[in-house]
Amino acid sequence: MAKAAGATRRIKVENLARVEGEGALSVRIRDGQLKNVAFTIHEPPRFFEALLRGRPYSDAPDITARICGICPVAYLLGASLAMEDALGLSVSADMRRLRRLIYCGEWIESHVLHIAMLHAPDFLGYEDSIRMAQDHPEIVKTALRLKKLGNHILEVIGGRAIHPVNLRVGGVWRSPSRDEVLALRAELDWALEAARGLVGFTATLPMPAVERDYLFVALHTDDHYAVCEGRIVSSDGLDVPVQAFHDHFSEDHQKNSNALVGATRDGRTYHVGPLARYALNFDQLAPEARAAAQAAGLGRVVRNPFQSIIVRAVETLQAVIDARALVDAYAAPDPPHPEIPPRAGTGHGATEAPRGLCHHAYTLDDTGHITHACIVPPTAQNQRSIGEDLWDVVAAHIEADDARLKWVCEQAIRNYDPCISCATHFLTLEVDRA
Amino acid sequence: MSTDGSDAPRRPKLAVWKFASCDGCQLSLLDCEDELLDVVGAVEIAYFLEATRATVPGPYDVSLVEGSITTAHDLKRLQKIRRQSKVLVTIGACATSGGIQALKSMADTEDYIRAVYARPDFIKTLDTSTPIAHHVPVDVELRGCPIDRGQLLHVLTALIQGRQPRLPNYSQCVECKRAGTVCVMVAKGEPCLGPVTQAGCGNLCPRVGRGCYGCFGPAEGVNTRALAGHLRAGPAQGGSGLDGPATRHLFHTFNANAPGFREEGQRHG
Ligand code: SF4
Ligand code: SF4
Repeated sequence: MAKAAGATRRIKVENLARVEGEGALSVRIRDGQLKNVAFTIHEPPRFFEALLRGRPYSDAPDITARICGICPVAYLLGASLAMEDALGLSVSADMRRLRRLIYCGEWIESHVLHIAMLHAPDFLGYEDSIRMAQDHPEIVKTALRLKKLGNHILEVIGGRAIHPVNLRVGGVWRSPSRDEVLALRAELDWALEAARGLVGFTATLPMPAVERDYLFVALHTDDHYAVCEGRIVSSDGLDVPVQAFHDHFSEDHQKNSNALVGATRDGRTYHVGPLARYALNFDQLAPEARAAAQAAGLGRVVRNPFQSIIVRAVETLQAVIDARALVDAYAAPDPPHPEIPPRAGTGHGATEAPRGLCHHAYTLDDTGHITHACIVPPTAQNQRSIGEDLWDVVAAHIEADDARLKWVCEQAIRNYDPCISCATHFLTLEVDRA
Repeated sequence: MSTDGSDAPRRPKLAVWKFASCDGCQLSLLDCEDELLDVVGAVEIAYFLEATRATVPGPYDVSLVEGSITTAHDLKRLQKIRRQSKVLVTIGACATSGGIQALKSMADTEDYIRAVYARPDFIKTLDTSTPIAHHVPVDVELRGCPIDRGQLLHVLTALIQGRQPRLPNYSQCVECKRAGTVCVMVAKGEPCLGPVTQAGCGNLCPRVGRGCYGCFGPAEGVNTRALAGHLRAGPAQGGSGLDGPATRHLFHTFNANAPGFREEGQRHG
């Protein structure tokens, strides 16, 4: 591997596995000093906002769901909420609870997939969870069962786990019966202990020591740990309705990239996702979830991005606790959806996708057809934050060989659980150490 | 799970590839929670970035291909994958018909780029989103947006055992009748693509009182024209009373570029 002094040394890493998206990272080191870290995205563009124009408002949930197969509910509900805002529709408390319940299913499924199948192997030095399963069979089996429960909630309410068919603007096509929903209860009882165990497992993982000073942004509501309703708040005191999102945050188009990159209107990097929710909504966590976090050694704010794996486990426990309560309180929404007369207007909707705040805005003409659409997925908002984390991570591992450096950079990117197609796929890592 | 002992029978090498897509179809494999550890025991996962960073060079016994072709670079990548794969299976509407993003083939791409990106000059893309079979021979096609987990397991098991997989080629409508699902068109006048859509999902939409939106794509030899006539006819004639654009939108969604759906949609303003 050694080359003549002064020559450029490059490692080319074709793929970033276990991240759903396609990205490239290039690092430039001169005389042992880190000079540049560039993280870009190369997902083939799919033009969702353009192809929505001219379509009826009712198409937006199903079409935007196809942005990401791992968090379709974030899109189904974000689009529905935005359309309801545009059409001046409010949904019943029963429906809001049903929506939160299916979203709990998505959090459980997505978080557990990420924790056990995608991220934990990085911490333990395995290539993947299949190899990890040979040494830790119980962890992987428990995780698969938890993930299955998440998917099962999606199936019972949504009709299928990936791209559920039963959600629509105004509510659902058919309200699940109370018996169908109550049948989830026994497995949720099991899941309580399993999720607590998952928190305990993540707390034993060796943590790289990195502390970052994030500007956190998340939905917040006083009466529960916010999932699909609330106001947008930040760690520096912002507190605005979802309709004001674009007044405070913007997206820029980065060179050599198909992704749009988020920042605050005054140009600051911000951070969405589990760490942001945890810091801003700590008081809304259930007492058992707070206790589990404490037992895992977390304070009320976590600034080490690698500890996001523990926070995801705490949120999994929170989602299980919430889902149990929502199942018990379930009353089938009647009617399943209202009659919806179309009208012109603009509407906004935001929810907490497992990987962070996801915002939708649409404008409709008077026949209810879309004239403008703008979707801001979480990974676009986090892209600058990922880049800045990587700077610190590379700086802390500057002496490491290229293989180790690549490993820890991938692990750092996976702290964000970057969504498949709303962000990055292959990581091409180029280290230039002239 | 067997180790790499040299006298153990060689396990078939499985690879999973992605092009323009949402990853939902390959996620279906990880969603087979009960079967996952058995499946990975029966094959050698040689390339599956959604699951592992370890990769094994080709040739591959079975390649699952998700997504559509939208860039020149992806086309080259696909051709290489085909050369390295004994059996190539396309998974999902993106791969089998071009997916939702194929709608851009029917519009002005420049206009699309301008609508989404502030700096259109940074974007490299073809004008089209085309199915895999458009470019290379495909051995087995799994329909759906997303594919059905059960069908995926059936195909993988058959291929591992060296059998030809059997998939339905009749319509959703036939499947509804067999399952005794109430017809949403007859009962509520809901517009439904069931009569022209390939079976396989298990009537998911009609079972919740919703018309099929065609995510499994056209079944063989169906009459889209007759259905469109029915969709446009007024309720008095037993139709759904859709106007032209609504009829076009119904055909032009996740399989907009599939032969049959494409032309039928184009006939309606
Ligand atoms: S066919 Fe549908 S579910 Fe499958 S990858 Fe394409 S958009 Fe996703
Ligand atoms: S009924 Fe039609 S649209 Fe619904 S899941 Fe089945 S094939 Fe897809």
